[in-house]
Amino acid sequence: MFDTLIIMLDATLRVSTPLILAALAGLYAERSGIVDIGLEGKILGSAFAAAAGAAVFGSAWIGLACGVLASIVLALIHGFACITHRGDHIVSGVAINTIVAGLTVTLGLDWFGMGGQTPTLSGDQRFTEITLPFADALRDVPVIGQIYSNLLSGHNIIVYLAFLMVPATYWIIYKTRFGLRLRAVGENPHAVDTAGISVAWIRYRALIVCGILCGIAGAYLSTAHNAGFLKDMSAGKGYMALAALIFGKWRPVPVLFACLLFGFLDAVAVRLQGVVIPGMGEVPVQLIEVLPYVLTVLLLAGFIGKAVAPKAVGRPYVKERA
Amino acid sequence: MTNNKTPYAIELRDISKRFGAVQANKDICLQVPAGTVHGIIGENGAGKSTLMSIIYGFYEADSGHIEVDGQIVDIRNSQDAIKAGIGMVHQHFMLVENFTVLENVMLGAEGGALLQQGMDAARAELKRLAHEYSLDIDVDAVVEELPVGLQQRVEILKALYRGARILILDEPTGVLTPQEADHLFRILRSLTEQGVTVLLITHKLREILASTTNVSVMRQGEMVAHRETANTDKEELAELMVGKKVRLKVDKDEATPAEVFLSAKHLSQLDSQGVKRLKDVSLELRAGEILGIAGVSGNGQSELLNVLSGITPLDEGEIQFAGQTITASAPKNAAELRDLKMAHVPEDRHKMGLVTGFEAYEAAVLGYHNSDAYNGKILMNRKAMLEECNSRMAAWDVRPPNPHLKTANFSGGNQQKIVIAREVEQNPDVLLIGQPTRGVDIGAIENIHEQIVKLRDSGKAILLVSVELDEIMALSDRILVMFDGAVVGELDAKDADERTLGLMMANAYNEDQKGAAQ
Repeated sequence: MFDTLIIMLDATLRVSTPLILAALAGLYAERSGIVDIGLEGKILGSAFAAAAGAAVFGSAWIGLACGVLASIVLALIHGFACITHRGDHIVSGVAINTIVAGLTVTLGLDWFGMGGQTPTLSGDQRFTEITLPFADALRDVPVIGQIYSNLLSGHNIIVYLAFLMVPATYWIIYKTRFGLRLRAVGENPHAVDTAGISVAWIRYRALIVCGILCGIAGAYLSTAHNAGFLKDMSAGKGYMALAALIFGKWRPVPVLFACLLFGFLDAVAVRLQGVVIPGMGEVPVQLIEVLPYVLTVLLLAGFIGKAVAPKAVGRPYVKERA
Repeated sequence: MTNNKTPYAIELRDISKRFGAVQANKDICLQVPAGTVHGIIGENGAGKSTLMSIIYGFYEADSGHIEVDGQIVDIRNSQDAIKAGIGMVHQHFMLVENFTVLENVMLGAEGGALLQQGMDAARAELKRLAHEYSLDIDVDAVVEELPVGLQQRVEILKALYRGARILILDEPTGVLTPQEADHLFRILRSLTEQGVTVLLITHKLREILASTTNVSVMRQGEMVAHRETANTDKEELAELMVGKKVRLKVDKDEATPAEVFLSAKHLSQLDSQGVKRLKDVSLELRAGEILGIAGVSGNGQSELLNVLSGITPLDEGEIQFAGQTITASAPKNAAELRDLKMAHVPEDRHKMGLVTGFEAYEAAVLGYHNSDAYNGKILMNRKAMLEECNSRMAAWDVRPPNPHLKTANFSGGNQQKIVIAREVEQNPDVLLIGQPTRGVDIGAIENIHEQIVKLRDSGKAILLVSVELDEIMALSDRILVMFDGAVVGELDAKDADERTLGLMMANAYNEDQKGAAQ
């Protein structure tokens, strides 16, 4: 039983990683007042670019750089539409998602000719598991050893990075000048403008950070979690991250727990695949996969209190006649 | 102006600014000696706020320049203004509501990439400022939990923290109680004692006289006069503000007021901030008369119209209309009142009178769109709507007479005719009409005025709200003057002249002057 739990929690960490990165990405965007439904597209675009880069150059790190770059470009397009041209945030985000879904497959076919996939990655083309110090030695110590060696050790570097990003984000948001301005611009851009700070520049910077984090999430999917790019491999992770962001009320630590919860449900879904419950037959996996969304709706509907979004989120900033 | 050896703290030369067709500021010149409170007074829309936005870098002037301490400064954005030592307290506070006082004050002047150090410094500096100017505040309080007066104090502290030597306050007392306002003026006085120069923008004469050294008057985008406050009085300022305008002539016979159609008793209303906008207003509206409501804009006329027409509920008092009693606990909404034959032409036709994206024939039935005349069994009766619109356009001389033109594309006067025609053609018993000729050209004004008089002569009751004194005097049979949410005077139109009304509008009309006027 304990072993099963460790295995499930281990899977939870792996599945949660892209969610955490994407949700934190969304946190920067939305705290600055930009609704980013395009998280999904950025993850997918980055997954493709990372796998392609890794396949061509033979390095997971170069792949990561390609993924991050692609994601930043997409974030800047979103910024250009929403900040510079005051477009509708949802429309722009959906457009990015749609374009990326088609573009990745098209480019994949053209470049690799493998039905839209990238070549299978191996060796240095992937991020491999890191064994923490003494993990092997401690493996046989009951409980603590198992937790350390089997749960905490043996993940790739991006998993550790994702978890480190949570305190880092907390620190940036609450303890730095950039964070103060970021929070202010999402609440009352007029106050920021009259304080002599450029609203657009802060929002662009927030979107660049958002792009970087989504880029890492995408690269994780194709070069760490899997060994190559598959069509639509982001599979709604961007939307789930958005749900986790709302669930976590736009705060780094609660967002982490929301992501872990969703990741755990995902791990349960995988675990329950093919399991037969007496009298009911096989558990429909779809039922469990839908749980995170159902949970979000239910919990937001009354159990965790009102989720108060940054006040200016989704609203283009226009200087008004004072 | 006085001869002042030291350079002026701030000097404006020939500032002009145009928004599309509106000349918001025209060749504005202003000299403000250091360490004084300088009032800028004018009616709403006179261009005061635009001018201040130019000084603070929110807009760039089309021409002209600004000097601070004798040096020409180039102010392109708020940052430049802050650097030049100019601080602004906006009419609508520029505060992040879920931030603490400290965070709000620091925003934009954090003193480094990390907050901690700057926070300690800001805390110390705020303590010093609080001591020096007696501006005490709990720096760790969250702004949205503070009363309005203290929020304003945060705005002042923000400016001082940035080293402002020139402080602009835009309508600072609009949201304050009289006590808070008095306290503000004490603060301003102590600021000037420390060498800060204050520009006070307001349309309230009392505040100008109570707190300024000099005063400049703006009217329709122009600076029309400069006075030392000690050498002027309410009377003169009111006249300068309102100005002498070309008298409009309306041919009408003596009114024959009959039975009371609408009576309001002790109406009061609070705004969302809890400030009383309407104070114990009582009035009677009789068949066959036009009752004019005069007043400087923003003294409760809009609230009165909204309450009478059912757009906003009243907080105290009662309205008797068409055999019904309307109170706070038994309200009637605008649609119900329409059914009782009360029509309303709102003050702002773009926001409340029309849907500017609608075609004329659609706009022409708004508010009456559920009426049987325009509806078939399931769908709306487009043909009936079009016919109605066509006949009204002919009767009211709307140009171009095209029912399919979007209302946004008609001129102001023709838009207004569409709105007034819509309300009048329903044959109401009571017509509430706000600013009937705002932004309307001369020809259309005459036409609209004639129609209003015609409606009166057919035995209807009309309540006219206008900030145009000429219009009030030309149309009304009886005039009520509003000031600060209350009715402060009533005149028969025959006894009304500009001077008396101006004094009443400034609430400066006491018994002595009444005697002198007669």
